[in-house]
Amino acid sequence: MYSITASGLVVTYATSGIFNFAHGALGMLGAFTYWQLTVAWHVPPLAALALVLLVVAPLLGAVVERVLIRRLYGTSLSVTLVVTVGLLLALIGVANLIWSPVTPRVLKPFFPNSLIHLPGVNVSAHQAIVVLVSLLVAVALRVFLARTRTGATMRAVVDDPGLVALTGTSPARASQLSWALGSSLAALAGILLAPLVTLSILTLTLLVINGYAAAVVGRLRSLPLTAVGGLALGLAESYSTGYLGGDLPNLLRPALPMFLLFVAVVFLRDTRLRAGGRIVGWSPRAVGLGESVRWSSLLLVVALLAAALAPGGLVDFLSSTLAIGFVLLSLVLLSGYAGQVSLCQLTFVGVGAYVMAKVAPGGSAFGILVVVPVCALLGVAVAVPVLRLRGLYLALATLAFASGMDTIFFLNAFGTGGAISVPRLSLPGVDSNRGYLILLTLAFAAGAVGLLSLRRSRVGRRMSALNDSPAACVTLGVGVNRTKLGVFAGAAAMSGLGGVLLGGQEGLVSGNDFQMLNSLVLLLILTIGGASTVSGALLGAVLFSAFPIIAEHVSFLSQASLLLTGLGAVSIGRNPYGIVGEASRRFAAARQAGRGALASVVIRPSPLRDGVL
Amino acid sequence: MSADADIPALELIDVRAGYGRIEVLHTVDLVVPPGSVVALLGPNGAGKTTTLAVASGRVVPTAGCVHVGGRHVNGLPPEAFVRGGVCSIPEGRGVFANLTVRDNLKLWSHGTSRSLSEIEDMVFARFPRLKERRRQLAGTMSGGEQQMLAVARAVVADAGLLLLDEISMGLAPRIVAELYELVAQLAADGLAILLVEQFAQTALAVADHAAIMTSGVIRAVGDPVDIAAELAAAYLGGVA
Repeated sequence: MYSITASGLVVTYATSGIFNFAHGALGMLGAFTYWQLTVAWHVPPLAALALVLLVVAPLLGAVVERVLIRRLYGTSLSVTLVVTVGLLLALIGVANLIWSPVTPRVLKPFFPNSLIHLPGVNVSAHQAIVVLVSLLVAVALRVFLARTRTGATMRAVVDDPGLVALTGTSPARASQLSWALGSSLAALAGILLAPLVTLSILTLTLLVINGYAAAVVGRLRSLPLTAVGGLALGLAESYSTGYLGGDLPNLLRPALPMFLLFVAVVFLRDTRLRAGGRIVGWSPRAVGLGESVRWSSLLLVVALLAAALAPGGLVDFLSSTLAIGFVLLSLVLLSGYAGQVSLCQLTFVGVGAYVMAKVAPGGSAFGILVVVPVCALLGVAVAVPVLRLRGLYLALATLAFASGMDTIFFLNAFGTGGAISVPRLSLPGVDSNRGYLILLTLAFAAGAVGLLSLRRSRVGRRMSALNDSPAACVTLGVGVNRTKLGVFAGAAAMSGLGGVLLGGQEGLVSGNDFQMLNSLVLLLILTIGGASTVSGALLGAVLFSAFPIIAEHVSFLSQASLLLTGLGAVSIGRNPYGIVGEASRRFAAARQAGRGALASVVIRPSPLRDGVL
Repeated sequence: MSADADIPALELIDVRAGYGRIEVLHTVDLVVPPGSVVALLGPNGAGKTTTLAVASGRVVPTAGCVHVGGRHVNGLPPEAFVRGGVCSIPEGRGVFANLTVRDNLKLWSHGTSRSLSEIEDMVFARFPRLKERRRQLAGTMSGGEQQMLAVARAVVADAGLLLLDEISMGLAPRIVAELYELVAQLAADGLAILLVEQFAQTALAVADHAAIMTSGVIRAVGDPVDIAAELAAAYLGGVA
């Protein structure tokens, strides 16, 4: 059953060059629509199946392609990543709105009571159908893509949409078709999977994510290898249940797909170093030391005023905002400056909070001396196997790491649903909430000033060079690996520190706080704010901590916060520098126009039309 | 598609075009008479490639008219130009690198009424080397073989107008000669060709007319022999 999911993913990737993180959510939506039709509206199963697979899902895929994906051709990988992850969250949000997660729903397997007797094993008819359908899908897809002209066109679009147009076919239509097909396959997988597990929005979405592992085994290109990967994954799962004794299988089984994903990603043969990035035409300017100190001082004054005057609720709000902001700063370093997309930053935050709680339950400041090296080492440990990887595969590896840590570490270290209390740093003057706010502000300001100084330094230039063109870095003698390792370690250490600060603010933290999904939200919110700017981190943090508060007052929004975050991220397709980027670009343009200087020239190619030049 | 004797295969009238806010072509007038070969020459950055992009629908002009076979085609998508009989071989290697040679050929049948086997016969007869490589990914062939594959599209397309952009780029002289032999033969069959080329002598040898372009404007149009004399001045920045 993993093979169906994975092959849908491979189809969309092979035919649009965009890895669809929202694939799982599309499958989930398909399964829920099917439930709605058959169980709630009593449509006969076959008709419902046809309706979902042939009408609803393809339509959804086509609409997604038309509205979102078409704009993404030719943009940078992190933008496509953020947009599809945003779509994932938005779809989960939509599903939460339509199908309240509180009501239990059951989707019956096909032919519930019949068993098929094979030598040695009994297989339920549903399982047999799943196996048969996945084989059929694999073969049919292979024939379709390899033999037919439409299939060849769909593959050709990835290579060069402009050239496809020159051979007389509309590239847009081909890519739309492939998204419709991919979405339909996702829905099929969702419908087949749902009866085997519970029909829950999150479970289903995440289960389909397990299919990523199979797709990566197929290197996101080869359908037969993908089928093999899916099969291996399924077998490994059931064997681990059958043959490993004790508690071990229960511990490891959920992490298995992610482990496979990690291994598969790490063992990928890498392609050449990428030379030369896109020309973006505009980038945020580097802020000078004086300016950054001035703004930080202003922030500090505001915090002092707030600490003295503001009501307790506001103090709490500001404190959480700044703690989150500090964590976001580490992402600015990693993703914004060095261009390394990481989907596991909250994992480090969690580890930081956990270590602090264990080594320094009293809140001794020396705890930090343990937290920082532990997190830095963990960061290096993650970075070493993935050093060769770039962009998408790096993101997948970090995703696998985050998800693995979810099931292995957080679930056990914190106990299911349990929470541990993280001590507040005991420094003179920070015993009250108000004092802690000052401390957090100081930490954020120091982090911001430090980060901006780093940006202007030799190391900072090296990082942006790495982001721009690894190949050019190598020819200049800049150690790509060393820089990457340093950035990973630094960002992990910062996140761990952020964990200490955040834990101290919240008091109690549970493993759920650091789930992979929340890491995604974190990255999205930073991107909405502006991924490569410190002010973007602050703005993102405000958004992040404002959401629950707004949701408390407006009940509709409590379900819609994911949706809104997702939609926000999706809008990033238009401006990769987020709100701060857009605002300061407009400001700069206005200032330039006022001076009567030449307006900055922003080239916005529309790749489908004139990208060939 | 064959045009009437007096209707030009391609006509650009007062065309202005560019990318974003940068204008590259400042009023270009160019006529490719039916069945004739026009060589478009000029230094780097003159706008030659952009002219071809306009003629193939990849760049929509901001002003002026594009006529293909006498029909006004401004603003149509590139695939409509293909249906209108324009075959364009873009600069660089105009092949799908991650597709096999056969898959590349398969895609060409969109613009024509020919079947795949018909296309294969025609291409392999012309370039036997491609037959040996038909299961190979196009991107793994040598530069010359890739360009053969790209140019072979002109053989099977039912085009009235062929646009060639620097097909000699980065290739050995022997392969360039082979490719131009094909160009001459296509011209002899009555196909109208607009070709852009850095090797002016190679291009002028097959051309019926030639045009010199500098800084987004056509400076001179005329007989290849006359144009050859003006070339040096154009390349060295003098205005003809």
